[in-house]
Amino acid sequence: MKLTKRIGFWFLAGGLVVSLLLAGVVSSLASSSPDGLEHAAQRGCAVDADGEIVAGSCLAQQEREHDLAGGWFADYGVRGLDNDWLATGLAGVVGVLVTFAVGGGLFWLVRRRRPAGE
Amino acid sequence: MDGLALHIADGVIETPVAAGFAALAVAVVVVCLARGRRALDDRLAPMAGLVAAFVFAAQMLNFPVLPGVSGHLVGGALAALLVGPWVAALCVSVVLVVQALVFADGGLSALGLNITNMALVGTAAAYLVIVVLLRVLPRTLAGLAVTAFAASMISVVVAALAFVGEYWVGGGVELRAGLGEVTGVMAGVHALIGIGEGLITAVTVVTVARVRPDLVYALRGARPASTTAPAPVTGGSVE
Repeated sequence: MKLTKRIGFWFLAGGLVVSLLLAGVVSSLASSSPDGLEHAAQRGCAVDADGEIVAGSCLAQQEREHDLAGGWFADYGVRGLDNDWLATGLAGVVGVLVTFAVGGGLFWLVRRRRPAGE
Repeated sequence: MDGLALHIADGVIETPVAAGFAALAVAVVVVCLARGRRALDDRLAPMAGLVAAFVFAAQMLNFPVLPGVSGHLVGGALAALLVGPWVAALCVSVVLVVQALVFADGGLSALGLNITNMALVGTAAAYLVIVVLLRVLPRTLAGLAVTAFAASMISVVVAALAFVGEYWVGGGVELRAGLGEVTGVMAGVHALIGIGEGLITAVTVVTVARVRPDLVYALRGARPASTTAPAPVTGGSVE
């Protein structure tokens, strides 16, 4: 098999489009139930309708609010945007682009350079 | 959509212990960076960026596992199959840092704990399974799919148990029910999440292997060994 040296534009573009669709559109269909860790962390505690712990003994008891809870995209929303579907989608798109830029940029910077002329 | 997706929040683990794990995480990430550089070339670097972006997207997709309980992909096994273990740990770390800083998901003081569980322990567990299974299973797409499924499932459960270990060392609350019960719940729920993770990982990796087998790190150097068994992985279109 001939080894392709490059990832190729179409594979990269296709992969990004799939990621953007998953984070930007499909994410609104995601389950909003507590996830595995949250579930385990709340075991043993009584939780009210808002998800606040009211009694008992459990892992999540001393949990603090996130230091950046007031941030623009906190909790995968957009500050000031009340439409959940739009906010989640927009946050997802931002997340995919930021992750690709930060990750791709970092990996590109530290990559092993080919000798000139190859 | 609520945050806190398999990610430890601030305050759950006592600060000195969280700080210790942060130092450990930084040290191991530096090692991963040094080892990963050897593999990162003009082709793998953008691929690794794409894998990180895909893992971020997939982590937003919580699927139900029990009534009232959900889970989502962690991505260590997927990344290890596609870009190799060292770069995979870096990919998941990048995702966790972006989530903590931009989306307030996973506490800032807990970032070291989350990187240790999901990016380092989860990926290492996945890679061990991958190495063993790729050696014993036939080098077919089915073999790759089984490897992806098993590696994902084991990786998620081991990552969940790593959290229990962290809690055992520095948990903030003395549990009335004891840590044994939490261990059982964490392992059980994450085994179910692991099934979902396994399916997503298998479908994704097999799809990439069909389209561009040269971009699947786990299949590198696999060609010569496939003389006895049919190897449809080489049958995909190649540029």
